[in-house]
Amino acid sequence: MFIKTKIHVKNVGKGFPTDKGRLEVINDLDFKVGDGEFVAIVGPSGCGKTTLMNIIAGFLAPDSGGVLVDGQPRLQPNSKGILITQQGSVFPWLTVRQNLLFGLPEELPEREKLAADYAELVGLKGFENNYPHELSGGMLKRAEIARALVVKPEILYMDEPFSALDALMSLRMQNELLRILQKERHTVMLITHDVEEAIHLADRVLVLSHRPARIQASFDVTLPHPRRVSSPEAQALRVAILKELGVTETV
Amino acid sequence: MKAVKNSLPSLVVLAVVVALWWLTVVLTKSVIFPTPWQVVTGTLELARDGILWEHIGASLFRVGAGFGIAVLFAIPLGLWMGWVRGAFVTLNPVFQILRPISPIAWIPLAILWFGVGNASPIYLIFIASVFPMIVQTTVGVHSIEKRYLRAAENFGVPRRKLFMQVVFPATLPQIITGMRIGLGVAWLVVVAAEMIALRSGLGYMIIDSRNAGNRYDLVVAGMIIIGLIGLLLDGLMRLLEGMKVVRWRYVH
Repeated sequence: MFIKTKIHVKNVGKGFPTDKGRLEVINDLDFKVGDGEFVAIVGPSGCGKTTLMNIIAGFLAPDSGGVLVDGQPRLQPNSKGILITQQGSVFPWLTVRQNLLFGLPEELPEREKLAADYAELVGLKGFENNYPHELSGGMLKRAEIARALVVKPEILYMDEPFSALDALMSLRMQNELLRILQKERHTVMLITHDVEEAIHLADRVLVLSHRPARIQASFDVTLPHPRRVSSPEAQALRVAILKELGVTETV
Repeated sequence: MKAVKNSLPSLVVLAVVVALWWLTVVLTKSVIFPTPWQVVTGTLELARDGILWEHIGASLFRVGAGFGIAVLFAIPLGLWMGWVRGAFVTLNPVFQILRPISPIAWIPLAILWFGVGNASPIYLIFIASVFPMIVQTTVGVHSIEKRYLRAAENFGVPRRKLFMQVVFPATLPQIITGMRIGLGVAWLVVVAAEMIALRSGLGYMIIDSRNAGNRYDLVVAGMIIIGLIGLLLDGLMRLLEGMKVVRWRYVH
């Protein structure tokens, strides 16, 4: 089956100056993400995952190489691809409804309806007029996802989106995300340190090496949804990925 | 009930201070320094004549005018300096030099420029309150968390919207803090300004009471009224902190 390439990370390199000279964070990184594909990237902490995501989403310029989206060089962030981060960025001074309306053009006639629909989609119906500080951590994440989806982005960039939540809430949000993605197919790039999360969600898991980051291994996850991370296939995959990360487990 | 309980210790302290004051005046047999009761009767006398209200009104008018102009000036300027780096680099050093100059030092120039009418104290109040508000607003813009600016950038909204829905509301809590500080110093300065060559206001009332027959009961009354009105003004500014759009800053 032929899948159109959505994102092409092409020979990207990035370094930062430090006291002890230049620190190469990413070196000649090259991979493609297909249209509608869900790709998870895992790697040891401090390997430059967030730097990579900032480059792909257009917030940071690479030193060498480039990022192509639909074959066009991506130079700046835009609403075609929305970034969701661990800290979250729902505006605390706007209500949920106002946050959802934020990215929608004023002249769009159905913007109010869209905002209401997406609030409902993520289960925030009835909380539209609440301020973020009146919501729980999980609800805040839902608001952030809704705000991203309402502008109909083609790509979601997720950088440790659920890491600040407790384990139970994280799992719930993962299921929620899968439910939403079944309704509207987006291309998703997820960065995570949680291997089980990657296996649970992604079509493909890329393992990054230690600095400077390169693709060390790639695993296709062919298990059908809904997946059980405790299944033997998923566990075998988990062990294999962890081994790439330098963790050997005795089961 | 809880409010009563919380303010109980400070009320006790106040009562002790008043009692000590009274006791000291009685024990030293002072003929000039008033007892608390003399202050109360003096105040009532002024209030009955209506003079007290005129003085309070005059002072509040000057503060309102000077502070109001300062707000209109400082908030746009502070936002601009916070957002545009060039404006900050150019103007900040000037304001940093002007800021530590006590408003009292401006009195001779104010009289020279504006005469001895209302314009002088209004100018002094403006000078006193404008700098803290500029500084707070600028700091407010500078301290907007990057994640919010990034999100706004990500959605690619027009500049006007970015300003109205991100920059301004994100800065608003700091603006309100600046206004609280600004109004505080405005009130501080009006009294000092009115001590010079004006025929009305609480500052004038204090100086006049002393000069016209050593009415120290009215001097002390003026001081206490200034304190109480200052407290009231701060209370009003604190109400702004309760607004829904800035509540996020204070809850955690």
